[in-house]
Amino acid sequence: MVRLADLPDFEREHMLDKLKGLEEFSARPWVKPPPLAQCRIAIVSTAGLHVRGDRPFGPSATATDYRIIPADTQAADLVMSHQSVNYDRTGFQEDHNVAFPLDRLNELARERAIGSVAAFHYSFMGAAPIRKIEAKARELAGLLKKDKVDAVLLCPV
Amino acid sequence: MGPPRALWVPFILGRPFGVPGDAEFQRRVLRAVLHLLEAPAGPVLEDYAEEAPVPGAAETEGMACPVSFDREMAADDLGAALAREIEELAPWHDLAAKRRERTTTGLSGMAMDEAARFVASYLNSSPAPNLNGMNAGETLKIVCDDLRAYYYEAAAAQPGNPDAQAVLHWFWHDTAAGRAFHALQKICLDSADPSLQVLGGNSLVPRAIVHAHAHAS
Repeated sequence: MVRLADLPDFEREHMLDKLKGLEEFSARPWVKPPPLAQCRIAIVSTAGLHVRGDRPFGPSATATDYRIIPADTQAADLVMSHQSVNYDRTGFQEDHNVAFPLDRLNELARERAIGSVAAFHYSFMGAAPIRKIEAKARELAGLLKKDKVDAVLLCPV
Repeated sequence: MGPPRALWVPFILGRPFGVPGDAEFQRRVLRAVLHLLEAPAGPVLEDYAEEAPVPGAAETEGMACPVSFDREMAADDLGAALAREIEELAPWHDLAAKRRERTTTGLSGMAMDEAARFVASYLNSSPAPNLNGMNAGETLKIVCDDLRAYYYEAAAAQPGNPDAQAVLHWFWHDTAAGRAFHALQKICLDSADPSLQVLGGNSLVPRAIVHAHAHAS
């Protein structure tokens, strides 16, 4: 996320204009997880990622559903079909970990810096209106609980 | 928005963990964000201070693609120019795929020459059939995603260590594919098909390129 001051005027105005549409939430969740070395962590991305062969995210911003990325997904099978063309993809093309740090998370688990890595990770396509994602987000929360996940790494692009 | 814990990172959009191919850099970012879980009370919003390294001028050069694209042909037949460009870039894309042991192309399942013919069918006002279960906008989007990924991956394999900005500039200013995407955008925006209108409005040409074109003309 570059600083607003680094953006050209038209891009800065576009971003500031987005503020008007942002949701206000009356409550902010706060949960204290177990110590990090015992935490089971999942990644939830909004980069429009999915496994090769899964249904791509479409060009409209109405894609409120998610795609499942199993923990044993190989880098060669991870692709991106986000609606937006306004962010860099060359980084992801070179190394998926720059947007979806699954290898790094696995390394931390092997070093016992974290407890474990979830069996399933997920991706939304972040252009969808936030309130419209709510039903699928609640569904996902239930699935994460079943996977015994303690904390989620939310990775936007 | 109200996230309980957030790490604000100073990297370009699309790279939340900073630097591709630099595992140590990514681990530092990851450790910093996971460390927020240990905060006793929240909300927590922290700045991540370490910037991604900026390659020096000696390390990167503007993209001067060694492939000799035929401008004359491009003016006459954009579809044919696109097909030829794809063929000429093939050795570079092969190299990129071999080095990275992966490619992010393949959303549509079409080979690149087939993807070029699909785009040409729109440029020639005789659109090819949609992929199974998809509308026109969905089909054209993933074909264009594949083509763009093919070009970007091929460009990154070339000498000169081009950065993201150089690849973007090259694609949109110096290739038949860039010109074809501009032409497709106009076709989509003029179309009566809502799925193509959405595609033309959001998902073909980056805002920065549209803005630059508007101010150049």
